[in-house]
Amino acid sequence: MNLVADALAWLFSPERLSGSHPLPEAIAAHLAYTAIAVVIAAAVAIPAGWAIGHTGRGREIAVAVSGAARALPSFGLILLLVLLIGVLRAPIAATIAFVILAIPSILAGAYAGIDAIDRATIDAGYAMGMTGWQVLWRIEAPLGLSLLVGGLRSAVLQVVATVTLAAYVNLGGLGYDILQGIQLRRFDQVLGGAIAVAVLALVLDGAFALAQRAARPRGIGRVRNVVGAE
Amino acid sequence: MKTRTALSSLAGVAALALALTACGSSDPLADEPTEDADQPASDTIVVGSQAYASNEIIAEVYAQALENAGLTVERQFSIGQRDAYLPSLESGEVQVFPEYTGNLLQFFDEDTEARASDDVYAALQDALPDTLTALDYAEATDQDSYTVTAAFAEENDLVTIEDLANVDGELVLGGPAELEERPYGPIGAESVYGLDLGFEATGDTTVEALQAGQIQIGNVFTADPRIATEDLVPLEDTKALFLASNVVPIVSSDVADEVADSLNAVSAKLTPDELIAMNVANTEDAQQPDEIASAWLADQGLAG
Repeated sequence: MNLVADALAWLFSPERLSGSHPLPEAIAAHLAYTAIAVVIAAAVAIPAGWAIGHTGRGREIAVAVSGAARALPSFGLILLLVLLIGVLRAPIAATIAFVILAIPSILAGAYAGIDAIDRATIDAGYAMGMTGWQVLWRIEAPLGLSLLVGGLRSAVLQVVATVTLAAYVNLGGLGYDILQGIQLRRFDQVLGGAIAVAVLALVLDGAFALAQRAARPRGIGRVRNVVGAE
Repeated sequence: MKTRTALSSLAGVAALALALTACGSSDPLADEPTEDADQPASDTIVVGSQAYASNEIIAEVYAQALENAGLTVERQFSIGQRDAYLPSLESGEVQVFPEYTGNLLQFFDEDTEARASDDVYAALQDALPDTLTALDYAEATDQDSYTVTAAFAEENDLVTIEDLANVDGELVLGGPAELEERPYGPIGAESVYGLDLGFEATGDTTVEALQAGQIQIGNVFTADPRIATEDLVPLEDTKALFLASNVVPIVSSDVADEVADSLNAVSAKLTPDELIAMNVANTEDAQQPDEIASAWLADQGLAG
């Protein structure tokens, strides 16, 4: 318990607001890398996921690619990319690694959201004369939104945890204190940094949980009869 | 049905276990080497090394030098970190080991104030237990440094760290994140040399950052082969900011007389450039320690 008390003391000490790596700046940098990576990953994965869910094709490839991307060791990937692309472009290299990490969850959330919709609902749309695009935008996307947000939530969580690695290539973030603390054997600093990352992750997770609830279309609660349930 | 399957598989496992016991010999110690664990055969010298390529090369040099002198040598390389091999060294199981004066001194005396090579060596001799003796130390080192690119050194006429004071423009130091707080980082540069250095935590990308111009000074280990291959210049530490860590043979006191001449002859020829060249042969030319060692000994005129 002493170590936890020391860690909290370190975290809340006024020294954290000044010096070479102030805590507010580190949090801002951490959030920025997370946001940029997730936005880029979403721009790639959501259209792809919707295409797979809407057409029903390409699921096996998506699952295989997602699995492979998830298995890549992020730390090795960041170092490799930084050495390939050049230290001066380290932010780009790190972002690429984080995007690769985020894509699988968002992709899965996108096509799982559409898969979870009752086929009868989609058929009803076509029966009403909607075109494929209209079915996608008016039926599949809104109904699948909740699971998509769940996928985004999962991606954000993974990326927030992994952005701590950015410190290894001199990009700052909350990982810097953890890294330096390990090397200097200052464990209050290590644990304090870790607690900061954990709290940030929990806050983001809570925000997305609320968003996921809000993403459920309100009308769904009114469906009494599911066709074919008898 | 289920119990039957369970019982039959249990019987199968038991039968297998019984069969396996018949495979082992009755004497579990039967395959051990005839030397007993503590003392090797009386005229065999056991040479050990760390699990670090550069150290293994030096150990192989020592081993071959001793063989050239007519001694029988047993090699036990890649034992591990200091915590792993020092007990064996102290007990005499391993009798010759290439070590580094500064790092070993810090292991025995964490708060040592000695910094310059001679001071560190003298302090080390005091700190070593009686069962161990430090032979002559070599000029070659494997320690922290302030290193610049050859181009930067030429542009600004840099030979020692003191010369950095004459450089116009920003000076940024790069190294692992801990360097920021270490006594030989920007804090020490200010107090010992009066330099105002910026800091970037470049870590494993330090050499690349030096080449890209992101930092002007990098903390590169003095035995790093990239000093030769990437044209880098470690600056001389005239005011002893860094803990000197010269290569030194640590030997069991009871064999010290036998091995001193051969190993001191090696240390006399082992300069920083020679050590770096051997490391380059290992990393760039993919040569094995035994090839590198015999080639080096022949070049230095130390081959039997």
